Amino acid sequence: MDRIPILRMGDFLLVTIQVDMHDQLALTLQDDLTAAIQRTGAKGVLIDISALEMVDSFIGRMIANISRMARILDARTVVVGMRPAVAITLVELGLSLAGVDTALDVERGMRRLRDALDEAGVASADHED
Amino acid sequence: MPITKTDAVPVRTEHDIVLARQQVRKLTQELAFGLVDQTKMVTAASELARNAVIYGGGGTMRWEVLADGARRGLRLHFVDEGPGIPDLAQALTDGWTSGSGMGLGLSGAKRLVNEFELDSAPGRGTRVTVTRWK
Repeated sequence: MDRIPILRMGDFLLVTIQVDMHDQLALTLQDDLTAAIQRTGAKGVLIDISALEMVDSFIGRMIANISRMARILDARTVVVGMRPAVAITLVELGLSLAGVDTALDVERGMRRLRDALDEAGVASADHED
Repeated sequence: MPITKTDAVPVRTEHDIVLARQQVRKLTQELAFGLVDQTKMVTAASELARNAVIYGGGGTMRWEVLADGARRGLRLHFVDEGPGIPDLAQALTDGWTSGSGMGLGLSGAKRLVNEFELDSAPGRGTRVTVTRWK
């Protein structure tokens, strides 16, 4: 069965969606990613959707689900690279992706994850004092 | 309305949903739709194809390239012989779903096209026709 690869980069997991996903592939990614967070203890997930030419309600829901599930598993998700035409279409479709953190590109997304990790580190250090 | 080109593809499996949207992408590119218009039509097709597969038990997507004077457009008919929809107004409400979806398929697809027609009744299957003009 085909799968979308999940790469580990230090404290983060990196997923680049490069194919036009059928529904089962999207569901498999959801399962694989939550399992990978649990296995690696990753603190952040970066999902690059810059190759996606469309996001319909099914894929949108998958993205929102991953973000919420990761949150519960103590990892933060940033979705990067959404094409403007996809963003316009998503809003008209009625999907706001509420609660999903986004950034324009991979670099900004990684910075967001690192900043969040640093803040969390500072907060827990304060707490220990 | 003169139809310059037409054909039909099956929408019976999840993989057919992918093929249907690729077909629509190709047609909108041939019609030289702008990128946003292409994306809207492809997304609408994806929603309606999925409805046909999940709720209609599979069906077909017939496409027609239209020429209305200088105006060109793409019309898609999604036809299934599933259980049909008892309450059309309810089915077109955001957030209403008879299954496990988000309930954005029909209402969302309607917002992404210029013309939208829904014809369905219990036991008669469902036909959704959408058109987008360049």
